[in-house]
Formats: sequence, C-alpha cells, structure tokens
Amino acid sequence: MATAVMTTLDPKSRAASRGLSDISIRNLFIIPTIVFLIVFNIFPLIYSLGYSFTDFRASTNAPAKFVGLANYRALLNDPFIWSNFAITAKYVIVSVTGQVLVGFGVAMLLNRAIPFKGLITTLLLLPMMLSMAVVGLFWKLLYDPSWGVINYVLGLGNFEWLSNPDMALYAIAITDIWMWSPFVMLLSLAGLSAVPKHLYEAAAIDRAGSLYTFFRITLPLVAPILMIAIIFRTMEAFKTFDLAYILSSQPTTEVISIRLYKMAFQEWQTGMSCALAYIVLIMVLAITNIYVKYLNKVKER
Amino acid sequence: MRKTVTGILAGIGFTLACGTSAFAQELTIFWAEWDPANYLQELVNEYEAETGVKVTVETTPWSDFQTKAFTEFNAKGSAYDMVVGDSQWIGAASEGGHYVDLTEFFNKHKLTEVMAPATVKYYAEYPSNSGKYWSVPAEGDAVGWSYRKDWFEDPKEMEAFKAKYGYDLGVPKDWKQLRDIAEFFHRPDEKRYGVAIYTDNSYDALVMGVENAIFSFGGELGDYANYKVDGIINSEQNVKALEAYKELYSFTPPGWAKSFFIEDNQAITENLAAMSMNYFAFFPALINEASNPNAKGTGFFANPPGPNGDQYAALGGQGISVVSYSENQEEAMKFLEWFIKDETQKKWAELGGYTASAKVLESPEFQNATPYNKAFYETMFKVKDFWATPEYAELLIAMNQRVYPFITGDQGTAKEVLDALAADWNATFKKYNRVK
Repeated sequence: MATAVMTTLDPKSRAASRGLSDISIRNLFIIPTIVFLIVFNIFPLIYSLGYSFTDFRASTNAPAKFVGLANYRALLNDPFIWSNFAITAKYVIVSVTGQVLVGFGVAMLLNRAIPFKGLITTLLLLPMMLSMAVVGLFWKLLYDPSWGVINYVLGLGNFEWLSNPDMALYAIAITDIWMWSPFVMLLSLAGLSAVPKHLYEAAAIDRAGSLYTFFRITLPLVAPILMIAIIFRTMEAFKTFDLAYILSSQPTTEVISIRLYKMAFQEWQTGMSCALAYIVLIMVLAITNIYVKYLNKVKER
Repeated sequence: MRKTVTGILAGIGFTLACGTSAFAQELTIFWAEWDPANYLQELVNEYEAETGVKVTVETTPWSDFQTKAFTEFNAKGSAYDMVVGDSQWIGAASEGGHYVDLTEFFNKHKLTEVMAPATVKYYAEYPSNSGKYWSVPAEGDAVGWSYRKDWFEDPKEMEAFKAKYGYDLGVPKDWKQLRDIAEFFHRPDEKRYGVAIYTDNSYDALVMGVENAIFSFGGELGDYANYKVDGIINSEQNVKALEAYKELYSFTPPGWAKSFFIEDNQAITENLAAMSMNYFAFFPALINEASNPNAKGTGFFANPPGPNGDQYAALGGQGISVVSYSENQEEAMKFLEWFIKDETQKKWAELGGYTASAKVLESPEFQNATPYNKAFYETMFKVKDFWATPEYAELLIAMNQRVYPFITGDQGTAKEVLDALAADWNATFKKYNRVK
C-alpha cells in the first residue's frame, strides 16, 4: 500500500494534468536536495579531507604542500590535544548523565494526572528554546561571585564557579543540564505515555513493588526512546562550543571544538585543523555507532 | 514592446550610474567595537563634509575582530577598503598579500619623522628594520594604570601604610611598590581588593599583562631578528617577572580569571580595586562622571620600572592599512593623505583618539588636555610589542596555554613554564623554517 502511494500519481491531480510524470515529480523534489547536500556537505567534506594531508594555511597565498600523515601524527602526539579530548569526555559524561537523570525524573513526575500539566510542561521546555549564546551570557552573570544570584541564594559567599579551574567545567555542565534536560524530559514523556496501562494493572494485581515495576516495566519500555535522546545529547555535548566559549576561558574547560576553532580561525592552520576535524568526526561516528548497536539490541527485546 | 526595452535600458543605465558613483564616493573602514572607533567616525564625517566622500567605520567586537578581518582577507573580499588592524597582524597580512605596500606613501610624506618612532616600528614596518611599511599609525595605545587617588590620599591609609612598609603611600615608583600597595589594599572582608590585572586568555589580554612585567624587569620575548628564543624568553628576569605577575594575581578581586579591559575598568568604577591595569584607550571612560562615579578620585600612572630600573609597557594600538582587494584604493590613498595632515591629527586627538603624530604628542595642549595624556606621552616612547610574524597567533596561543595555568591555577613553576614555552616557540619557528 505504501509503495503504491509513493509511485502512482493521482490522474486527476493538477500535476498530472500539466503532463508531469511520477519520475519528473520525484526529480523535482529530490534533485535540489541532493545537489544541496553535495555542494554544501559532501564536497567540502571530501575537499577538507584532501586539505588534512597538506600544510595549507588559508591566511597566506602560499600553495598547499602535501605532507602526508604529518598533521595527524603531530595532533595525536600533542599532549594539549589529548587533554582537550579528556576534558570533552568528562564534560559529555557529566552533562549527559545529569540531563538523563533530571530529564527522566521530571518526566516521571509529570507522567500522571496533575492540574495544569500542559502549562507546566510548556514552561519547562523554555530553556531549550533559548539561544546558546544568550544562555551563556545569562549564566555568566548568575555565577558571578560578586553579584551573582546563585551564590546569594545558596549562601556560598564568594565561591568562584567559573574562575576555579576544577569547578568551571561542572559549572558549564550544570548550565547545559539546565538547558537540555527538558529535551530528555520531552522524549521520556512520550515514551512513558506509550507504556500500556494494562501492564501496570497486571503488575499491581501481582503485588509487584514500585521499584520492581520501574525496572521491569517502565525502564525497558522507555529505553529505546531514551537511547535516542542520549544519542542526540551525546553528539551535541561532544560538539559543545558556544556555552563553554562564553562562560569560561579556563584551560580546564577547553573542549575539543574550542581548540579546533582556535586552530582554524585564529591560528589559520587550515590543513592541521582539517585533520583535527576528521579525528573528531571519526570519534563521534564511532561513539554513535556503539549507541546505535545498543539501541537495536534494546529494540529487539 | 518598445516601452519595455526602453524601461530595461533605463534601468540598466540607472544601476550603472548608481554603481559607479557609489564606488567613487564611499569608503569603508573596518575596526573593532570600542570608543576610538566612534571618535574615528566623528573625524571622518568631517572628511565627508570637505570632499563629499562618505566614509563609514564598521565595527565588530574585539573577540572576533581578528577572525572576521582575516576571513574577509582570505576570501579576497572587497567589503572593507581600509582596516585599522592590530599591530601583530602586520606580518600575516603583508606576507599574505592582504595589505597594500605603503612604503612609497611613507617616504613621500616622511612619516618616519611625522609619527612617533615606536608607532612606526610596531604598527607600520615589517619585517623589522626592512624599511617596508604597510600601515599608517592611527591609534597609538599602550598599557597604563589607573588608581583610586581618594583611597591613596586618605590620611588614615597613608599613616597605616607608612607604619607597615616604611615609605610614603603614593604612585608606585617600581614593581615592588606596586606589589606592596596591592597587598596593602587587599581586604577581602571589606570587599576591597588590591589590584586588577589582565587575565583573559582568549586573545592577547593575559600576554599583554605579563609583557608589562617582563619588559620592565628587563626581559624580552625573543630576538625578533633571528627568532632565537631559548635563553631569552626563559631568562632569569622573565622568571622573576612571571612570579611577580602571579603574585599580583593573588591580590585581585574574586573570579578574576577572565578579565580584560571591561572588567579592569569596572574594578575602578565598582570600588573593587585600588589600582587597575588598562589600555590608555579606555581611560576616557574613567574621567567621565557619567560612566565612573569615582571619576574625581581616579588618577593615572605609567607602568612602573622593574627592579633594575628598566621601564617599558606593552604596546596596544593599531595602524590603518589599505586592503589589497579594495576596489577604491585610489580614494583610500587620498583619504590617508588627509588623515596624516597635522590639522587632522590634532582634531583626532581632540575627539579622543590617541594620535601617533609626534608633533601633536609633544605639544603642551595635548599633554595637559586630560589627567592621563602626559603618562600616555611618556609611555609611547618606551613601548615594546609581541611577535609580528605571520604565525603570531600560534605563538600567542602557546603562551596562553603555558602561562595561564601557572598564573591562575598554581600549576608548575615559572621556570618550568617558560622553559616549556621556549620549546613550543622553537618548534613553531622550526615548522616555518625560521630557524634550523
């Protein structure tokens, strides 16, 4: 049935009366997309792969010289780059774990009949709708040790959230958790409301405890959709730039995308930064693949 | 049909006419977003009144000034006819072919004599001592200090200071006194702190701050002529200078790990610190009561000498260059000819711009015009700058990476940090075949 819908054109439609065939309609819709993809995604992707093997600098007129794997070798031997990766990993773990805990927790709270449920859900989604840069600038003020609201409310005195090298990354992660927990909440809520009620009724009849019900019924059924949320958030957290760039300039918060930005657009080491971008790409692909494998396994259950 | 054709032709003609006239009568200057850019806009409005050529000063925040300018250069874009570029860019921009060679213009107008020598050396000439010039010194600038004169002149404070340190409280005569005064006024219980310094590591703020210490302690960053760094950047003086800067950091207000000119001026206006390091370009805001409630109690001094009496300051400021890809180069040259006239430079200084014209700088009118102009004049004859080689950004980032954790995070010793930095810089110079 589905294929029939896709391949036959209603003979009475305006398109058909103008003499457009199914194929030409398909081309009309698909070709621009493909051209767009090739010109703006695939072509630069391949072009930059070429650059990653050269010492090209966009800021000079000197021609690019082929250097083989020298860029990759230099990057993977650079202790600063490794520390950037370690920082990124730490950030991803803290921020995604926090978002899942908070987001899923709030979704559990909201997954029942309460007054103003729709309004509360909408209000909770607001942080997600703000611009990253605006969130960063606001939280910078909130965290300020001299006049920030956070220290005032929590009674922390002059606690330095962003200037303390050990704390700064957590401060950024907290901001990220605040901003993106609603996203996890939204997906979890969709998953939770799809759990059939009769399963809970059956569990209640069997006198299953609430913890048992949660781990045996709720979590397994929500897991696939939660995994999707985790994949999205992990990819995003891995690429984090704006929040970290605006909130702090501590070396302990220099995630890999900030280093990449500096290398590409401040130092103008175009070849080298292409190589780094590829290393990051491969890492993101690998991590996502692991997740997707796991997601498929979860779905099979 | 005929009407349509006539219409189209008229349209084309009109477009062409507009196009050419726009080319001939408009110039765009690109600069960073700060007060001097507003003063420049006021100045160039007069050029428009005189010649009919409309000049627009386009600005962007400091943090992406470099990125935006070079993105445009690399794309060979003609959006900007002139750019008031940072002194460090000159190597990258001249070797990259982005700036028009102004050597002839320089020699014709004898600018080496007209402008203060340091500004010619650092804003205009590249490579050093080559006699090739790429920009006209426009906004002279250097790092100086502002301080709370009202706190310094409080009799109780003066007495307590003398009792503790054995000499009179006043404008610091060297870095040792600077440290003592910072320590003296550092009272976290009263929410008053000793000193505000540059610590932001995202561009050149922290490095500029450290340079103030290094140069005044008699140190150098390296030999700019032959790229030798080992034994120079990690010299004994520099180790002491870095330690001194780190000690000053312990007398800063809380959360002072990402501060640049905005925060340093806030330190004075918000009653946070007794002394504050900043570029002279930001001092006009401090004598204006609208922007500084403590304007009456604010004083200024030049960067004090180090232990051996050397006195230097880190150079800021920019020269104005013509962009090679501009379609209005001839107009731009005419504008520069107007810009370097003595009257224009005088007017520029009156508006609040820091002229680099030696004649204006030396005039008593200029020196007495504001409380800080004299300190500025003195400083502009003893400034030093960062590397201007095309790979300066890599050198800057390496220095930030090494120095920042030491200053703000207690990591390593000054000697270790500078040794590692010397190795980093040497590796960078090797990569670009500057050294064997």
